[in-house]
Amino acid sequence: MGIDRRAFLKIAGLSTMLGLGGKAALDVFAPGEVEASTKGVPLTAGKRWAMGIDVRLLDDKVISEATAACHRHHNVPDLASAKEEIKWIWEEDYEHSFPGHQHEYVGDDIKHAKFLLLCNHCSNPPCCRVCPTKATWQRPDGIVMMDPHRCIGCRFCMAACPFGARSFNWGDPRRVTRIPELIAKNPGFPFNKDYPTRSKGVVEKCTFCVDLLEKGEQPLCVTAANKIKKGSFTFGDLSDAESSIRVLLRKRYSLRRKSELGTNPNVFYLI
Amino acid sequence: MYDGGKIIAGLIIGIGLLMSPFFYNAGKAAKEPERALTDKAKQAKQCVMDKAYMTSSHFSLLDEWRHTVVRDGERYYKRADGKVFYKSLQVTCMDCHSNKANFCDQCHNYMAVTPYCWDCHIAPEEKK
Ligand code: HEC
Ligand code: HEC
Ligand code: HEC
Repeated sequence: MGIDRRAFLKIAGLSTMLGLGGKAALDVFAPGEVEASTKGVPLTAGKRWAMGIDVRLLDDKVISEATAACHRHHNVPDLASAKEEIKWIWEEDYEHSFPGHQHEYVGDDIKHAKFLLLCNHCSNPPCCRVCPTKATWQRPDGIVMMDPHRCIGCRFCMAACPFGARSFNWGDPRRVTRIPELIAKNPGFPFNKDYPTRSKGVVEKCTFCVDLLEKGEQPLCVTAANKIKKGSFTFGDLSDAESSIRVLLRKRYSLRRKSELGTNPNVFYLI
Repeated sequence: MYDGGKIIAGLIIGIGLLMSPFFYNAGKAAKEPERALTDKAKQAKQCVMDKAYMTSSHFSLLDEWRHTVVRDGERYYKRADGKVFYKSLQVTCMDCHSNKANFCDQCHNYMAVTPYCWDCHIAPEEKK
């Protein structure tokens, strides 16, 4: 095919924007925002996103609020079954978060600490390499994205991910509105009427809240956690040497999960 | 030809039977259902593209939006007259066309199309 609809519209859209100016839209968006959103990955072009989680500031409240904020926005149901569990962000103990790191002399504060785990948005993501349909791929800004429209449910990505960051929908997630025990656990599902659910047979995971990033906001877990303990989560651009995340990583010692595997995680745990 | 008359008569009866549904329905083709516009849509006057394009190709536009949003992170669409839309099936299309049953579904039923989008995207009926 010479020029497809997509390419045509891109060129047409870009030339209207350049030719007729983006000024007419200024009443809807902040100056520059709309112009930016026509350049491929809007507001995030040239960035390299990463997250820092301060383990010392993680307590039950931070963990539960950050998890709830994420799962409510993205309509992640509580399926009350470890086998069928869907999770984008979840609590884990030290031993399972950092296998290979522990030894018997580690202090109790770390040994009994609780960690919050999520997709590491690895710089070298094995999940993307095995996906046969490109339903999961790495964006130029480093986010390992998931396209549920293309997912065929083969679960290769789940086998490839060493962090258990991906969940499979063994059944229709909307069953939580039909099964009495589950209704009680998920009042008001789907929680966010502006975000889709998923369907039976697709894989899902954390997206670093691309929908919010593209509006110039921070991921929800970051906002929710910082409301309770300021500075517990830091989100920013690794490609900017003066960004808050880079400053933090210079100042504090950090661990990454299973870094020996070479996937190059972008979620840092500050010890 | 032996029994030519019988064969021809049989053929005529056979073809007649075969055609009977067409004769039966002749002149009473199912009428295309009228589509209602919500007050919000009426007020807006225009869709995100011209009506002829929307009627014939809204699914191509949706596919385009889906691809550019999810895969390229381009979340805004600018109409020729400069009005900007957030590219979303559930937030934007269904905001103006919140009467899904009388608008989308009615035409889809008539055309015998069943989009699977609502397995995941939340239909406006479920909002209340
Ligand atoms: C700003 C409000 C608004 C939004 C947003 C909107 N529409 Fe419309 N739509 C309208 C109006 C008004 C018409 C009738 C246009 C006319 O009669 O000229 C219409 C017409 C249509 C038609 C043609 C109906 C027919 O009778 O042939 C289709 C199909 C349609 N819209 C689908 C969509 C889809 C799909 C989306 C999202 C991509 C969408 N609309 C977003 C207001 C809207
Ligand atoms: C004028 C009649 C009409 C109206 C109104 C209409 N559609 Fe459609 N729609 C069609 C037809 C016809 C097709 C099938 C096109 C094909 O398969 O070639 C279709 C296909 C689709 C598809 C693709 C389905 C698939 O499986 O490929 C989607 C998605 C869709 N419509 C969404 C909507 C939404 C959302 C609305 C309401 C906002 C709407 N349509 C209103 C006639 C209509
Ligand atoms: C397996 C679940 C699933 C199915 C089925 C599905 N979608 Fe989606 N869709 C999603 C998810 C999840 C998103 C991501 C939303 C985001 O990031 O804002 C999305 C995003 C979109 C978007 C852009 C953002 C938005 O809010 O609308 C469009 C447009 C879209 N889908 C159209 C469709 C159409 C048209 C169909 C049917 C032909 C469809 N989708 C079927 C899950 C699904």
